[in-house]
Amino acid sequence: MSTGTTKLDVVVSDVVPVNDLVTRFHFRRRDGELLPTFSGGAHVVVEMRDGDRTRLNPYSLMGSPLDTREYTISIRRDDVGRGGSLFMHRQVKPGLEMVISYPVNLFSLDLRARKHLMLAGGIGITPFMAQTAQLAGAGGNFELHYTCRTASLGTYADVLRERHGNRVRLYHDDREERIDLERLLSSQPLGTHLYVCGPAGMINWVRARAASLGWPPETVHFEHFAAPQPGAPFDVELAVSGKTIRVGEQQSLLEAIEAAGVDPPYLCRGGVCGQCETNVISSDGKFIHNDHWLSEEDHRSGCKIMPCVSRFEGKSLVLER
Amino acid sequence: MTAKTIISRPIYGTLSPQPGKHHLFIADAEGALAITDMAGKAPPGFFDGAEIVFIPDPEGKHISALEALEPAQLHLPPSFASLLPRLRQTLTNAHMGLRLYLAGTEGLIGQAMQAALEAGVDHTSIETEHRGSLARRMQCVHCKGITENVTTQPAACSHCGLLLLVRDHYSRRLAAFQGVCINAEDRSEIPPMEEAFP
Ligand code: FES
Repeated sequence: MSTGTTKLDVVVSDVVPVNDLVTRFHFRRRDGELLPTFSGGAHVVVEMRDGDRTRLNPYSLMGSPLDTREYTISIRRDDVGRGGSLFMHRQVKPGLEMVISYPVNLFSLDLRARKHLMLAGGIGITPFMAQTAQLAGAGGNFELHYTCRTASLGTYADVLRERHGNRVRLYHDDREERIDLERLLSSQPLGTHLYVCGPAGMINWVRARAASLGWPPETVHFEHFAAPQPGAPFDVELAVSGKTIRVGEQQSLLEAIEAAGVDPPYLCRGGVCGQCETNVISSDGKFIHNDHWLSEEDHRSGCKIMPCVSRFEGKSLVLER
Repeated sequence: MTAKTIISRPIYGTLSPQPGKHHLFIADAEGALAITDMAGKAPPGFFDGAEIVFIPDPEGKHISALEALEPAQLHLPPSFASLLPRLRQTLTNAHMGLRLYLAGTEGLIGQAMQAALEAGVDHTSIETEHRGSLARRMQCVHCKGITENVTTQPAACSHCGLLLLVRDHYSRRLAAFQGVCINAEDRSEIPPMEEAFP
C-alpha cells in the first residue's frame, strides 16, 4: 500500500451517459456508511481490474463536497489511450464492486482569495463542478469560463448555468468563440486567484499569459493529469530490490514496478504530486519525461524520473528502487 | 541583514523588477536607495507604469534621486498614518498585474504589508528590502499597546510602563513584534538595557 492511498471498498451505484463521449459513475460505500469528506478539487484513484491487468487512474470528484453519501466522477472516452476509459465505459455497470483510494487534493482553492477565477477546457470541467458547489454554498466570489468543442459536448454546461447563472461563461470552439484572455486577466481585482484545468496546451497558454501580465506564481493553480503514454518496451534494473523488470508497451514504469511486487509511493499517478520521484543510479539512453513535477534542470540532468508517466529509450537504466 | 531565528521573524530580500502592468513602491528613509539600486536592473520604460510613495526624512534626503527615475507618479506623504487611507483605496481598486515593492524600515514594510494582506495579496507575492534602522514596532502582550521605534532590549512599554523583552515573535496581522514582561516574578529586578536594534 502506498503513502496516502488508503483504500475504500465501494460499489457502483449508478452509471449515467452524459453525452457522446462522457459517462458519469456514482460510488457508494459497500458498508453503507458515509464516505470521507473532501474539498473541491480532490481526486480519487480508481482501481480497474481488467482480467489479469490492473490499471490505476486518477479522476476528479465532481459532486458537492457537502454530500458524502456518494462520490461521482465523469470520464471522457479516449479511443486511443491505454484503455482505462474504455474499460470504465464498457465494463463498469451498476452493482460492480470496486476499490478506490481516499480523496487527495492537489488542486485546492485558496480560500484567502478575494475572488476565484476558473478556466476550464473540455473534461477539465470536473474539479470545478465540486469547487463551484463548495463556493456557492459558502457565498464565495467566483467566475467560471468554460471552453468546449460544441454545445452538445459541453459537459454539464447546462447544469452549471442553471446553478450559477451569469457566473458561468461558455465558449464554443465550433462557433469560433474564444476567451479574450488578455482582457480577462487584466481586469481581475487584486487578490484574485486563478485556477486552470484542461488540455496541456491550454494550461501552458494561460500560465504563460498570467505570468507575463504580472500574476504571481502562487496565485495561479493548475491541474493536468498526464495520462501515461504507451511506448517501446524497455528494461529496468531496480537496484534496491535487486530485480530486473521489463516495462511493456501499454504499461507505465510505475505499473511495471508494482507488477514486480515492489510498492513505491504514489498519489496522483499523473505526474503532478511528486510522490513517485525516483533517483536514477545510472543510465545509457534517452529519457522521455512527461511529468509536470521535476524542473527542466532535473529533466536534463538525467538523475531523476517520475515513473508514473515517464519512460526511457536506450541500452540500460538502473533505478534506486 | 537580519538573522533567521524563529519562523515568524520576517525575512527580507533585495528588490527585483517583477513582470506586471503596474508597480507600486512604498518606501521610507534609506529605502529610497533600494529603489534606485533596483532601477539599474529594470527593463527600459519600467518606471512609466510605476508609482512611488516615499516618506522622506526631515532633510528630504533621496527625493531628487527618486525624481530622476521619472516614475509615472511620485508622492511624498509626511507619515505612514497619512498615506494609509489612500493606500487602502488604491489596493481596493487595483487589478491583478499590480506588483508591490516595500523598502525601508521594518515598521514601514510591516504596516504596508498588513494593508496589502487585507486586500487579499499573498505576502510571498510582495517584494521587500530592509534598509536603514533596525528599530522595531512592538506590541505589549499585556496592555496591547503599540510602541514604535524600539531600539533597546529590554524596552519599556510606552502605554503601561512594564519592562518588556522584545521577542523575535512577529505578528504579520499586527505588523509588530511581541513584547513580554521581563521581570514578572520580581519587578525590582531590572536587567541592563542595551541598544539592540540600532
Ligand atoms: S504519482 Fe504523482 S507524480 Fe507520480
